[in-house]
Amino acid sequence: MSRKLPALTADNAAFWQGGAQGRLQIHRCTPCARFFHPPAPICPHCGSFEVAPAPVSGKARVLSYTINHQAWRPDLAEPYVVAIVELVEQAGLRFVTNIVGLSPEAVHVGLPVKVHFEQHQDVWLPLFEKDA
Amino acid sequence: MFDRIFEKDVSITGVGQSEVGRPVAKSAMRLTLDACLEAIADAGLTRADIDGVACWPGDNNNGDAFSPVGPNALIGTLGLKVNWYGGGYEGPGPLAGVINGAMAIAAGLCRHVLVFRTITEASRRRTDKAASALTNKTVGRDSSFFWQWYTPFNVLSAINLMALYAQRHFHEYGTTPEQLAQIALTCRANAALNPKAIYRTPLTLDDYMASRMISTPLRMLDCDVHCDGSTAIILSRADAARTGPNRPVRIEAIGAALHQPWSWDQIDLTATAARDVGEMMWSRTDFKPADVGSAHLYDGFSILTMIWLEALGLCPRGESGPFVEGGRRIARDGELPINTNGGQLSGGRTHGLGYVHEACTQLWGRAGERQIAPHQVSVVAAGGGPLGGSLLLVRE
Repeated sequence: MSRKLPALTADNAAFWQGGAQGRLQIHRCTPCARFFHPPAPICPHCGSFEVAPAPVSGKARVLSYTINHQAWRPDLAEPYVVAIVELVEQAGLRFVTNIVGLSPEAVHVGLPVKVHFEQHQDVWLPLFEKDA
Repeated sequence: MFDRIFEKDVSITGVGQSEVGRPVAKSAMRLTLDACLEAIADAGLTRADIDGVACWPGDNNNGDAFSPVGPNALIGTLGLKVNWYGGGYEGPGPLAGVINGAMAIAAGLCRHVLVFRTITEASRRRTDKAASALTNKTVGRDSSFFWQWYTPFNVLSAINLMALYAQRHFHEYGTTPEQLAQIALTCRANAALNPKAIYRTPLTLDDYMASRMISTPLRMLDCDVHCDGSTAIILSRADAARTGPNRPVRIEAIGAALHQPWSWDQIDLTATAARDVGEMMWSRTDFKPADVGSAHLYDGFSILTMIWLEALGLCPRGESGPFVEGGRRIARDGELPINTNGGQLSGGRTHGLGYVHEACTQLWGRAGERQIAPHQVSVVAAGGGPLGGSLLLVRE
């Protein structure tokens, strides 16, 4: 399934390329120790510029999901699951992804999931699969 | 909190709307002119009286059918002489043009501001079904600060994001498809009495449940209908508003707040920006939700109407499902009639200003067959996710 890939920047490269080392990288503030997303040069919580990507466990829970049934492009294999997952490291730390490797009907809010990287060119998309 | 609530010095004095169709054979500019000239005449004015123009989102200089005409093009075409004009996407949603125009009047820049919104998505989709795909917002790799977090995961339509809100609402509050259906059914019942509405044939709950699933739990009938059309309103300074033929519809309070990130997934999924907007609006007036006689709430996707009902305090948080259940309360003869022209779900996706047009039409008692009980206070809200704005309107 083809995908539109993100343009890499100094801020977002660690997130999109962490999978090259098999690690999900999320920006974290050094002084206040809080994670934040999307990555940016400044901590939205305390305003510090002392921020850097830090590896996280890659474990999360499904906060919400939808089974997409519409073939928006001819090459799109539907149905597929779009979800928002919340990482176990911090309440509210979340992003949009796909849930893969199980029947769409088996996905539910609260499902424990773990990251599964899918490489496209120089981007490693952090997809999620059921955490056994 | 503030010692001056600027919007109370501004009233709506006229409205206009072009033919609305799927598609319409007229150019985007012709549709715009039809709407604008009707609004100017309705306010008892002439072109020479208009000294300001506002639009959301305006022309992005890319011929986008989402907004093919902006203030720049209109000013010269219509021969206007303005002291201020403005457009642009970044603002509190589809009502941003109204809010900006009101600010220009209150700031002393203008007396009569023409606000308009033109859309030709029906024509465009005849030739390009993928015209509104999120992946078309950027060329090549996604360099957008916002869309790059969605398009790599094949979030290709806004419905996927709205479906995430809906699913979370279902999960947190037990909202059901049968309850959500009432938004679409109510809009269709209202559209049957609106000769300009796109879809007017009767719709049943069975029809809704049988409607094709697009992105669970949202079905085809939860999506608004693309159209070609233009809508315009005239904003006038309070003193200049009293000389026109229509009783002024005062902007009693606006909501434009965003106290969360501008993001489709980092905001509160069931409150969205709408919560901030609603809290701001009610903080600027002594009126209460119980005073509202009609509500015109964005229904680009049905779940957004539910979110607005709660965010504006028209029902308690989490209770929009039970509130709309059966459809009685929100019907034209119910305690809170909504989207009396058929909304965007059945009336057509005029995108924002259509709700203002309908609210004024009802407040002025000009809605013909679909006219509801006389009332003085109406609320309009538009937008979804991080986009949101609202207007509390009071007919003097």
